[in-house]
Amino acid sequence: MADTTADNPHANPARWLVVAVPYLWLLLFFVAPFLIIFKISLSDTAIAMPPYTPVFGGWGAISDFVSELDIENYLFLTEDPLYFQAYMSSLRIAAISTFLLLLIGYPMALAMARAPNSIRPILLMLVILPFWTSFLIRVYAWIGILKPDGLLTLALQTIGLMGPDEQVEIFRTDTAVFIGIVYSYLPFMVLPLYAALEKMDNTLLEAANDLGCPPWKAFWKITFPLSLPGVIAGSMICFIPITGEFVIPDLLGGADTLMIGKTLWTEFFSNRDWPLASAVAVVLLLMLVVPIAIFQNQQKKVA
Amino acid sequence: MAKTLGPVKRKFSPWTDPASVPFIRFENITKRFGNFTAVDNLTLDIYEREFFSLLGPSGCGKTTLMRMLAGFEEPTEGRILLQGKDISGVPPYKRPTNMMFQSYALFPHMSVEKNIAFGLKQDNLPKGEIDTRVEEMLKLVKLEQFAKRKPAQLSGGQRQRVALARSLAKRPKVLLLDEPLGALDKKLREETQFELMDIQQTLGLTFLIVTHDQEEAMTVSDRIAVMDKGIIMQVATPAEIYEAPNSRYVADFIGDINILEGTVTQTDSALGAPGLVRIDSDGLSVAAEQECQAVKGDHVAYAVRPEKVRISQEQPADTSLNAAYGEVWDIGYLGDFSVFLVKMEDGRIVRAAQANVSRLVDRPITFGDMVWLTWSRDAGLVLTR
Amino acid sequence: MTKNRLDATVLTLGFAFLYIPIIILVVYSFNASRLVTVWGGFSLNWYVSMWSNQGLMDAAWVTARVGLLSATFGTILGTLAALTLVRYQKFPGKMLFSGMIYAPLVMPEVITGLSLLLLFVAIGVDRGFWTVIIAHTTFTMCYVAIVVQSRLLTFDRSLEEAALDLGCPPVKTFFQITLPLILPAVISGWMLAFTLSLDDLVIASFNTGPGATTLPIKIYSQVRLGVTPEINAICTILIALVTLGVIATSIGTKRAEVRRIRDEHMALRTGS
Repeated sequence: MADTTADNPHANPARWLVVAVPYLWLLLFFVAPFLIIFKISLSDTAIAMPPYTPVFGGWGAISDFVSELDIENYLFLTEDPLYFQAYMSSLRIAAISTFLLLLIGYPMALAMARAPNSIRPILLMLVILPFWTSFLIRVYAWIGILKPDGLLTLALQTIGLMGPDEQVEIFRTDTAVFIGIVYSYLPFMVLPLYAALEKMDNTLLEAANDLGCPPWKAFWKITFPLSLPGVIAGSMICFIPITGEFVIPDLLGGADTLMIGKTLWTEFFSNRDWPLASAVAVVLLLMLVVPIAIFQNQQKKVA
Repeated sequence: MAKTLGPVKRKFSPWTDPASVPFIRFENITKRFGNFTAVDNLTLDIYEREFFSLLGPSGCGKTTLMRMLAGFEEPTEGRILLQGKDISGVPPYKRPTNMMFQSYALFPHMSVEKNIAFGLKQDNLPKGEIDTRVEEMLKLVKLEQFAKRKPAQLSGGQRQRVALARSLAKRPKVLLLDEPLGALDKKLREETQFELMDIQQTLGLTFLIVTHDQEEAMTVSDRIAVMDKGIIMQVATPAEIYEAPNSRYVADFIGDINILEGTVTQTDSALGAPGLVRIDSDGLSVAAEQECQAVKGDHVAYAVRPEKVRISQEQPADTSLNAAYGEVWDIGYLGDFSVFLVKMEDGRIVRAAQANVSRLVDRPITFGDMVWLTWSRDAGLVLTR
Repeated sequence: MTKNRLDATVLTLGFAFLYIPIIILVVYSFNASRLVTVWGGFSLNWYVSMWSNQGLMDAAWVTARVGLLSATFGTILGTLAALTLVRYQKFPGKMLFSGMIYAPLVMPEVITGLSLLLLFVAIGVDRGFWTVIIAHTTFTMCYVAIVVQSRLLTFDRSLEEAALDLGCPPVKTFFQITLPLILPAVISGWMLAFTLSLDDLVIASFNTGPGATTLPIKIYSQVRLGVTPEINAICTILIALVTLGVIATSIGTKRAEVRRIRDEHMALRTGS
């Protein structure tokens, strides 16, 4: 706390309460659950409450414990191509969405960073405001627009781009999922990009121009490389949660929109196969280890 | 001694009296941060009512030393005695020292009077007494009409005074000042230096100041400790530090100085017995009259301050000793002084400073002129370290 | 300047994309007709029927309580976590600790939700109101930690040292000096935590139990059945609340800014 003898932490044992309380909380409610999920993914499904055979019981008897474990759930994941497809499809959708977000978010962040000082706070607030409004509400808003008899159809019919009998066929397709994701995650992409671009020294570009570098070239040689930390942070902040996204594919996607978050949800709530759902989660987590590590590394550099 | 070094500010020199007891004693203090040794086996005595400066470049360990006295850092080895008592392990909030921070560290959410009263409130003094003391302090730093203002509503100089008043309010045994004037502009800094000296004299406190500004240290201090890389190079009065530096480092750090490397050719001096020391510096013969341990053949440095070097176009009568001949290479006009850079035949440069005593000069020395530089034997100094 | 015009176009299109769906949603909450594409005139019918929908109102009340409690717990824990991140240079497990703070920010909600649920089942806790609060506290504290951390990084440590030096013990120093000065960050952390809690569907769905249906869960189950203007109405109210909150905060910041500028003028006028 307000003690500066950082190299002499034993001076005040009460100081360690500050560390201990959040530390223990996170160990109990964030780390322990991961160990449990890992364990349960290795147990058998049972028709009971909870719907799995506990693998506990033999805390002491390690050999018992090991013999009880089985990787049947993981084997099942490899046997049914549905899961593999869902994982691949999630990664694909997350990658494409992240790219689209960069494509839309970068020009916005750049325009914000180049805007006059006086209006920058307003622009910033305009980006943050949707982030404060409910995610669910924002996804819900698109249903009304994209439905076959929704507002987009109506608008296109009104301006004559579409016949009165035609309808927009976006709702319940991957396209709708992309729209929903880009819409929901745009603030998450714009903010780190803006933070990186805003603190950039404008005289660097002037120096480049002064040294004979035309503006468009200066952008690629100066602005873009210097904004890379923001690009990486923004991409990771979007890519990782999108991979496990459930609400958007569920509400906007179609039956053939495969995303692993939705698969997990179904296994858990509809099929009540907890061990399998756990195995799905463990594999998803393993897939995301590398991006999460990149994200953490980036955050540490910023802090 | 018939001669003394420079002016004497006041008759106060407990450090010369073997009977006096130090007020603060750093005893074999070492402080390490990981592999870095900030303070290295340092011993130092500071006396009551002394205005003491720790002077050195950034990273020399002076701030660490002060922070150990305040209690923000604990020494790795050694101990600190305050009035004879070991204060290791006493937390900062229980030490009878107060500190004025470089950033002033005024609490932005409290008014000037609340800032000043903060320390007094910690001692649970009665309200009436706190009010009296705050008023007294406001008066001392001439900020009576600003009592209700917040720090953000004050100028830099006013904030500095609030910080001073706050640290003095508890009447600490020792006031620690960390670069107290660093954030002020030059003119204000000079005024404030004299105010600080006044306050120290009036209140009769012991002041320990950390600074990298040698002029500031020279102006305010009774004694200065010049530090480098965690050790003390010299502890002495400002005049001694300037006129009799004990090493190349101190000579070079304080003021401007010419340093000529050379070899002792003759010495009539020994420890405790001043005498003539002659040095050959690449063919230039120089000498100093002093106490010196060096013997013939020792490699030493010979130092002479530019303002003690006379410059003239006339050849002096005796050119065999303390006389250099060369070409005026550059002139720095500083207003009160002009500094001449004279390049000798072997390419070495010697500086001579001349006071600009009149506005117009008959025959000014200018670039390219060939000139003689001379100085007396008691101007030069042999440095063995 | 073509560059300015390009920037303006980009921003206009971007903000149109962000705001048009929300505006449409709000407008149609006042539609007299049940059909989304037909404007049947202005009406407050849906607000009335929302108000009398007991299920929806119960859910709103649960959500409010969950939000208030978990945001408060999350803010306390998150502030402690931020202090740990910034103030404790080295201690065993610091890497793990910062990992535990950053990971929940990006962790897919389905994983967080499922794993916490399994913990509750494993230790035999019945799911309900309090399990949702624990779940929300856990993920919101990480957001609070990040917000408070960024304030603490720029905090002048010598203020605390000054207080200690003047005789104020550490814990008192925290409450008298540190906390008042980082309070704006702590408050915005709380608001963020509260909004995140209001917003959460996935984690709450896994960890809720009987009698603890939150508003997002309720909205989600109704949305799956189809778009109803009643949902538009409740969404509009939520949007209005959040917008008011954000605007009030920004007015507060603006006023602090004005005060700061006035103070600076005052300091300049009085000179040294």
